[in-house]
Amino acid sequence: MHSTPATIAMPVETSGNFLGYLWRNQESRAVIIQVVTIAALFALIAMIARNVAINLEAIGKEFSFDFLWATSAYDITFSPFIEYSSRDTHLRAAVVGILNTLLIAGCGIVLATILGFLMGIMRLSSNWLVSRIVYCIIEFTRNVPVLLHILLIHGIIVTSLPAPKQAIPIGESIFISNRGFFVPSPVFEEGFWLVVAAFLTSVVAVVFFRRWAKKVQDATGKIYPVFWISLGIIVGSTSTVFIATGMPLSWDIPELKGFNYKGGMSLKPEFLALWLALSYYTASFIAEIVRGGILAVSHGQTEAAQALGLRQNRVLQLVIIPQALRVIVPPLASQYLNLTKDSSLAIAVGYMDVVATIGGISLMQTGKEMETMIIVMGIYLTLSLTISTFMNWFNRRMALVTR
Amino acid sequence: MNRSTSNAQQEYAPGAHPTWPAPIRSTGPIAWMRHNLFSSPLNIVLTITAMWFLWTTMPPVLNWVFMESVWTADSRTDCWAKMSEPEAGACWAFIQQRINLFAYGFYPEAERWRVNLTFVLMVLAIIPVLWNKAPFRKYGLGYTAVFPFIAGWLLVGGFGLTPVSTNEIGGIMLTFIIGLTGISFSLPIGVLLALGRMSHLPAVRILCVLFIEFIRGVPLIAVLFVASTMLNYFLPPGTTFDLLMRVLIMVTLFASAYNAESIRGGLQAIPPGQYEAADALGMTYWKAQRLIILPQALKISIPSIVNNFISLYKNTTLVLIIGMLDPLGIGRAALADAEWAGLAREVYLFIALFFFLCCFGMSRYSLYLEKKLHTGH
Repeated sequence: MHSTPATIAMPVETSGNFLGYLWRNQESRAVIIQVVTIAALFALIAMIARNVAINLEAIGKEFSFDFLWATSAYDITFSPFIEYSSRDTHLRAAVVGILNTLLIAGCGIVLATILGFLMGIMRLSSNWLVSRIVYCIIEFTRNVPVLLHILLIHGIIVTSLPAPKQAIPIGESIFISNRGFFVPSPVFEEGFWLVVAAFLTSVVAVVFFRRWAKKVQDATGKIYPVFWISLGIIVGSTSTVFIATGMPLSWDIPELKGFNYKGGMSLKPEFLALWLALSYYTASFIAEIVRGGILAVSHGQTEAAQALGLRQNRVLQLVIIPQALRVIVPPLASQYLNLTKDSSLAIAVGYMDVVATIGGISLMQTGKEMETMIIVMGIYLTLSLTISTFMNWFNRRMALVTR
Repeated sequence: MNRSTSNAQQEYAPGAHPTWPAPIRSTGPIAWMRHNLFSSPLNIVLTITAMWFLWTTMPPVLNWVFMESVWTADSRTDCWAKMSEPEAGACWAFIQQRINLFAYGFYPEAERWRVNLTFVLMVLAIIPVLWNKAPFRKYGLGYTAVFPFIAGWLLVGGFGLTPVSTNEIGGIMLTFIIGLTGISFSLPIGVLLALGRMSHLPAVRILCVLFIEFIRGVPLIAVLFVASTMLNYFLPPGTTFDLLMRVLIMVTLFASAYNAESIRGGLQAIPPGQYEAADALGMTYWKAQRLIILPQALKISIPSIVNNFISLYKNTTLVLIIGMLDPLGIGRAALADAEWAGLAREVYLFIALFFFLCCFGMSRYSLYLEKKLHTGH
């Protein structure tokens, strides 16, 4: 960043003061500082390693990851992806935790993005009332700790909603109660893979069609209604196959049996509280980012596009959104990272994510503080690096498209 | 549009000018409403939807918070007995009964004057920092520098005062302690880290990058777990470290990594000519940083630094997970009281209001500061 001034050989003022000369010389000083820094770092690491060794020996513990293969002996109530019971190992518990973290992070990112963009656009609305209401909601949400939001939502679900017996029905098949929300779950029957295959094929076909349409437009200027044709291909072919194979999909509708609902899918209060709270909290930050990004596109761009004779939706699609996304994507990426890291607050409401399983109960049971914390931190570092790599790639692509 | 152009072109004989209706008002409340609320069909629909939203949500909420609420009572049943029907309103009496708990945690009652004194001294210490026209500001800043030591002595005791265990510190007081310590120490450490990251010495730079990226990659709760379970292993055998102290150190380090990134943004926005000019004047590295670079860089990064401060302040609630009693922890403990159980909404709203006032205040101050320091055209 800043220019390194050319080395000036300082005259040795007091003969024999060689150390003073070394310190005044830019290059040798750089070497001295770095050597001292590295030496201090290694001394610190060595000291910590020695302390750890002595302290562990004093209480008779040893540093090893063998506990991962021992029986965990605790239950995890929420494991939607893999089978797990208390007879499984700590390693499997950790995997369940990781999957639960990924689930909440994924769901949260999707909902937060949708809500955030909606609120950001409403905040920019020329309608004074709408913009003010959204402003109040955003400011209140942003300035209150996310942990409080999570506990508040959890509290409302658990204490204010009725018991399953008196559950509030929405339509015929969704029931809201203090033990969670019960929704129908899809049951895939034989032949459903054909529908999936048809869907995937039509997506590939759409990709090729778009390329071809763009080539035609570049060569002749003829514009096809690309969006509608794509939609037609995907919906048409998928639904044709769906009907032709005899609708191989049914819904498992929850039913009240005794004191609780059986069948269907139940969204537990802890999952709901965490998901909703993380989403609207992050959405309030995303809304401000979206607003800033759209405002950052100068009005001259809109006017220029209109002067070229583009219609309003083409102005948005071709001029405003690409430029706004360039401003929006980098801070959006850090919000996604924040949401993923904030999902570790799951432990406060008892959602079994990676901190609650391996970093919580496994830690308490085995007393392996060091090993479990290394695993937890390693997982979060990997997640953070993955998300930021992906967002950097996306960001580079956006930048290329607009130039 | 059409009329005005035709008006300009058409000429009338003297006295034959027709009387046009007055133009539509462009000022006043009616015009404002027409422009801001009913300018297009979509806007009309939006306005009506928004009105309907307010009409359905606000009356019950206001009713619950103000009209039906009870401010003095001895227990939950007493509270509900005073309402038109149970749970029709908020039972603020609970907060009122426990307000000392929320403020001081379990700090011994006889010693609470020390907390109050520290609070007054804290306000006095903050004034010269935030208000640059404060009287005797120079001496005030000197006092601010020694205030943390006075506060530590007053709160923990020793040297003539009754010692108080840090386990008994809790409530809003704990939030202030962690928040202010983190804010005041993370800024200088963040500056050093940012300078290290921008340094041309590879060893220093890599070290700072590793530290910053590591901290930014893990959640605060994991760092706090390290503080509460693991940190004692790192220390020489026999030394024990107070939990509050460990948390303070970890929160400060955590916030300083984020501050370092904000300040780096500011440093990168400084044109290279500034560095070269400082070099040309023969300034040493530190002198150039202190007089030329940092004043400009910090000014640019104020909004983002204040954002970091706000999120640090909100994150102080996380200490509840490692068993410290911040307002949220106190609230949950208070809710366990059978006399008052089930009043979660009141407790959480009260704490939310406290955090909202602090954080909203900070963000408003940052806007004011930005405006004040804005020297561009």
